[in-house]
Amino acid sequence: MFFTVTQALLDGLWTTFQIFILTLLFALPLGLITSFASMSKWRLLRSAIQVIVWVIRGTPLMLQLIIIFYGPGLWLKHNIWSGDETGRMMATVVAFTINYACYFSVIFRGGIKSVPAGQREAGQVLGMTKSQIFFKITLLQMVKHVVPPMSNEIITLVKDTSLARIIAAYELTFAGYSFMKSAGLTWPLFYTGVYYLLFIGILTLLFNYIERKLDYFR
Amino acid sequence: MAILEVNGIQKDFGSTQVLKNVSFTLEEGNALAIIGSSGSGKTTLLRCLNFLDSPSRGSIEVKGETLFDASWQASQKEKNLRLKRLHFGMVFQSFHLFPQYTALENVTLAERLLAKERTDFKQHKRDIYEEIDEHGKALLEQMGLADRISHYPHQLSGGQQQRVAIARALALKPDILCFDEPTSALDPELTGEVLKVIRGLATQKTTMIIVTHEMAFARDVADQIIFMDDGMIVEQGASKQVIDSPREERTKQFLTRYMEG
Repeated sequence: MFFTVTQALLDGLWTTFQIFILTLLFALPLGLITSFASMSKWRLLRSAIQVIVWVIRGTPLMLQLIIIFYGPGLWLKHNIWSGDETGRMMATVVAFTINYACYFSVIFRGGIKSVPAGQREAGQVLGMTKSQIFFKITLLQMVKHVVPPMSNEIITLVKDTSLARIIAAYELTFAGYSFMKSAGLTWPLFYTGVYYLLFIGILTLLFNYIERKLDYFR
Repeated sequence: MAILEVNGIQKDFGSTQVLKNVSFTLEEGNALAIIGSSGSGKTTLLRCLNFLDSPSRGSIEVKGETLFDASWQASQKEKNLRLKRLHFGMVFQSFHLFPQYTALENVTLAERLLAKERTDFKQHKRDIYEEIDEHGKALLEQMGLADRISHYPHQLSGGQQQRVAIARALALKPDILCFDEPTSALDPELTGEVLKVIRGLATQKTTMIIVTHEMAFARDVADQIIFMDDGMIVEQGASKQVIDSPREERTKQFLTRYMEG
């Protein structure tokens, strides 16, 4: 039995891991772009971003997930997501990316604003272009500032992947829960918890490492 | 011919006029000190010269070339201003060194980036970078920081940081080097080392504009002094004349108040 449960949980973990990685891969750059848009000199763009961030942060991720997965099929009379595991995963990644990009954008904005204006001006008087100033001067200082809040957000993302169960994506929590439903076993639930703890433990070590690496400057 | 000609610069922030019809010229190899109380527009003037603020009126000419004209839109585009900024170097009151780079990297960063725009960059990349690093080291040596090239800004004292900032500004060989109260953020015992470096630059006939509160230093080092008050140039002249025997009543009042501390 233990072997069967382990096998199932590893399957679930793989899905969880894929949702996690793909969400990060898309939400980090999208969040950065969104944070720039939220500081744009065009008021219309700024307001649009404000409304989007308000809506996304103001409603449950689970609700967003349900709408994104079931919505298109009901509105267009044609499901854009394939009904198999891949389709569920794609819908999950889309919903998570939009949701997390909004949270990330706020963190990035804080990070960018924490870099003193003098840094940018020093770059300007040295004839640097805007993108050189961002990539060579601002970015690393911003990263240093956002590592602690990002670590919180990214750890939350690991646990939020369990919401994908609502659209029947076979992720880790779903896998553990299924043994309770089918065989009345509770120990797989605790066993599932151990997987999350290990996953997040590794992430925590990684974040500590990055924080230490960036300690060389102030 | 004057290396710098500033014509009728005016700067408005909303309805407040921070600079009112400021005009002056600077000869090559001369040092100009700008004195005046806080809020008199000195820093804004330097920021306008470096195009960090754009003047509402007036024009700026360097070596006979009009770099900025408030009535000429194209001269104000960020893209066009970028390379024009290279005519000026800027040393800020609070240094603004890049914290993630060593002293040497701070000095060479801009030169390395500019080198990428050279047509022969790809062929001679290594030689070019080596040359830039040598130049950077030489500048830091000149600043008395030969043993600090691999230190990060937070490992340096304020005076050392400001000297790195001066080397960084010199690295791009600006026509005119601007100092915005270069010693105001320093502890009194550290101002000497920075003033000494600036004095050295004056001896080498570096064209400079120095906004400062160090009157004795301005008198000794500068060729000319401009006294500003309320966004206007009240008096300008040879440095010793302005400090020792000012003509204008407001200059006298300022200097008296200053001497009394």
